Order: sequence, then structure tokens, then C-alpha cells
Amino acid sequence: MSQTKLFEVTDQPLSLDDVARRVTRPDCGAVTVFAGTVRGVTATEDGARETDFLEYEAYGEMAEAMMAQIGQEIQERWPKVAAVAMVHRVGRCEVEEPSVVIAVATPHRGDGCFEACRYGIERLKAIVPIWKKENWADGEVWVEGPRQPELDVTRPSQAGGE
Amino acid sequence: MIVTVRLFASLRETAGWSEKELELGAEATVAELLDLLFQELGVDWSGRPVYAAINQRYAAPDAPLQEGDVVALFPPVSGG
Repeated sequence: MSQTKLFEVTDQPLSLDDVARRVTRPDCGAVTVFAGTVRGVTATEDGARETDFLEYEAYGEMAEAMMAQIGQEIQERWPKVAAVAMVHRVGRCEVEEPSVVIAVATPHRGDGCFEACRYGIERLKAIVPIWKKENWADGEVWVEGPRQPELDVTRPSQAGGE
Repeated sequence: MIVTVRLFASLRETAGWSEKELELGAEATVAELLDLLFQELGVDWSGRPVYAAINQRYAAPDAPLQEGDVVALFPPVSGG
């Protein structure tokens, strides 16, 4: 993985240490790291479903641009944030592996690093063009996020296929 | 005008293609592109939500398209 790229989509395994190092600086005494890891058991209406693995697909160039935009939003909301890094994996991810790592560095822990990290993952899950496909014993299914009306360009009159 | 359309995830799987160059009228919008896909190309996404990005920026249905634009169409995102 590149040591200096702050916003990256990669097909290589992720390391929390590596992403933390991308934001760590001498003038910062606080670094928060969030890792989203692949869950092996998902609760569904029909009981627990065991996940064998996940596959992620990304619109890579736009995903990195949206992650950089989220980084900008974080700097605007928490001006003391010194650096933000977001790295997302594509391709196959095994249970317990990290699929996304976000790191934020601030001079002091009260300067917003926890909040910014939380904000980062919530925004990533809302706007970054990446999709996950669950694979389990009986098949595979695309997981889709909740429909955000302001982003949906379809209209009832053009449902496509009606 | 000619635009490049890229599909992702389940929309790509349902349509059966990932990228096409399509010809549209001079003043076409994103909504008109969807009309073309549904009515002339037989794409059937069964009323599922579709997000659109023009040159990597989210776009509204009435966003105008220009020659050479890359329009990505994809389902609600599910990263992380």
C-alpha cells in the first residue's frame, strides 16, 4: 500500500497500523482509528445467516474523490484536525478482516478526533460509491444502502420495465 | 452527442453490461438518458433506486449532459 496516499481504494489487505501512520505527525498527540471488519454472522428476519465472505466493488476514481471530499468536510467541522486518511478494500474480504480503515489525527484528544472518525464512517456509508456483496452457503446477494431520496434519479413514471 | 455510461453492482448485473457509448439529443438530461435505457435498450431495474454521477459528481435528474461526459449509474451505496 502507498505510504502517503490519504484516500485510497485498494485490493490489498488493510493494516490499521499503516493507515494510522499516514496521519501521525509530530504535532499531534491523538490518533483515532476506526476499522470496519467483516462480520461472520448477520441477523436477518429468518434467523442468523452465516457469511462466508464479502466482495466489494467500487467506482474507484469517484470513491477516492468522495473520500477526499469527506476529509474536507471533517476539516471544516473540526478545524484542529491535522490529517484524515480513509482506505477501503475492494475484492474479496474474509470474515474478521478490515474492509475499511479511517484514521484521524489531532493535537489533543479534545480536538475532535473521535467525533471526526465517527462522522467519516457515517458519511462514507452514505456517499462513497462502493458496494458489498455477501456470499454465504446458499448464494450471494448485493447489499444496498437505504435509498436517499435526494440522490435517486428515478421517477415513478420511469420505473423501467413497467 | 455521445456519452459513456458506466454501470455498477446489481444494476450492471441486471443490465448485463458495464459500459456503453450512447447517442443522445443535444440537450439531453440524466432523466432522458434513463428513458433511453428503459424504453429503447430494454434495461429493466424494476423501479429500484438509481444514483447518477456525471464525471464523478452526483447529478440530479434534470442535470444536462454534454458531449464526452461519463455518466455512472449505480444502486444506493453500501461501503464500509
